[in-house]
Amino acid sequence: MSAERSRLERLLEQGHFAVTGEVGPPQGAEAEGIRHHTALLKGVTDGQNLTDNQTAIVRLSSIAAAVHVLAAGGEPIIQMTCRDRNRIAMQSDLLGAYSLGARNLLCLTGDHQSFGNHAAARNVFDLDSVQLVKMARDLGDPGVFQNGEAIAAEHRPRFFVGAAENPFAEPFAFRVRRLAKKVAAGARFIQTQAIFDLPRFARWMEMVREAGLDRKTYILGGICPAKSFGALRHMSTVPGMVVPEPLLARMKGVERKKQPEEGVKIAVEAIQELRRIPGVAGVHIMAIMWEEMVPRIVEEAGLLPRPS
Amino acid sequence: MIVCERKPLPAILENLAGRRRAVIAGCSECVTVCHAGGEKEVALLRDLLLLARPDLELGTIVLTRQCDGEFLEALDALAGEADCLISMACGVGAQFLAERYPHTWVFPAVDTRFGGGARQPGVWEERCGFCGDCVLHLTGGICPIIRCSKSLLNGPCGGSQQGKCEIDEAIECAWQKIHDRLEGLGRLDLLDVVLPAKDWSRARDGGPRKLVREDVAL
Repeated sequence: MSAERSRLERLLEQGHFAVTGEVGPPQGAEAEGIRHHTALLKGVTDGQNLTDNQTAIVRLSSIAAAVHVLAAGGEPIIQMTCRDRNRIAMQSDLLGAYSLGARNLLCLTGDHQSFGNHAAARNVFDLDSVQLVKMARDLGDPGVFQNGEAIAAEHRPRFFVGAAENPFAEPFAFRVRRLAKKVAAGARFIQTQAIFDLPRFARWMEMVREAGLDRKTYILGGICPAKSFGALRHMSTVPGMVVPEPLLARMKGVERKKQPEEGVKIAVEAIQELRRIPGVAGVHIMAIMWEEMVPRIVEEAGLLPRPS
Repeated sequence: MIVCERKPLPAILENLAGRRRAVIAGCSECVTVCHAGGEKEVALLRDLLLLARPDLELGTIVLTRQCDGEFLEALDALAGEADCLISMACGVGAQFLAERYPHTWVFPAVDTRFGGGARQPGVWEERCGFCGDCVLHLTGGICPIIRCSKSLLNGPCGGSQQGKCEIDEAIECAWQKIHDRLEGLGRLDLLDVVLPAKDWSRARDGGPRKLVREDVAL
């Protein structure tokens, strides 16, 4: 096995403002894209999420992708959803992932298969994301399987376990309670849905602080740079995403070929805003299909160099 | 029918903690037929609850159908005076009550077990998995979705032994039964057809279901 502890975990514990990125595995059996994106991201982010068949479209597995990221010198964050596997398969995959050197795990519910390219599939959802967090933590400490059976002390997978939360989904008042459940289940870090509505996020963070959750988990605000007005408008239609009208108007008012520049500016401004909000421990930049822009965004946000 | 089974009395009493005026609502459909929540069971539950909680004020009613909005009005007057409703219908009935009385606590007195039928008095067996895409014409009238423990569509797994399922000797192997029946009907050829991966979007996997039929709509 490689390094004992997660690098991301250590950085957050040391109080660094963390930056994570995202790599989308391909719809085929090849790793060149993953290696390329890892090379782009590894110097400017502290961890790279590997999505797990996102939007229910079949892709190379997040665990296999994590092995490619490790080989390319990155710090993988495996995403695992509850949609496709029951507790037996999930635990088996977690043992396997840890044995291959993965140390970070993001536990998600998973998009419903009706959004993807296999709408006829059965869904599993044996566990939900809160239960998955608990199961993953329990594997490491106290070192038991979900059924309570012990794992040999020297063979326990001790993942740095995180979860997601969406401050923009409804009911708004329920979101912090749900976050509290994830934290109680053992989520050590949280990556949020993409933030465009900063005042609403700030209100949510106020509630998070009132509940004392920012002291129990590391909250990484989600940033999703938009390449164009069309991309931003599309995001505004995704369930659970909120893009305020003025932001749409701002992007629309920029001539097309300058829209990518504007998208970078919006992302940088959002990061700077987030850094001013008490309790925000970092940012998670989701630039799928626009990975090459991440180094510039991180640099312009004043977050370089990354701590070693 | 929807086969239900009454919850243990302590579980029902637990839900009544801190409450005084309740209405036990039975149903004249499935739960009457499977002796879980018809007139007789409503009266029995009333007696049992009063033995344990003499302070309770209990109303009783047996609705024609709890799963049909038009029959719920009969409960309105009683419900208005109660601080909770105990539904002895299936989960559908209990939810219809909760929808009709948004400010009244509703809880179930039965567990909704399965879609099945009575084999003999006191014995009910599961027969339908509500998958939304019936395959009985391909399997000799025996459902592999719900009667095979693995919902296999192309024959028995390696655990079928002497007509029994590997998970429990008390369970018949659905595929043994399908085989035997098709043999009797002279249609073993149906077993050679490779059935493709099923479209589960018409089952619960596709999300909560709704059926709209314009031909019977008002």
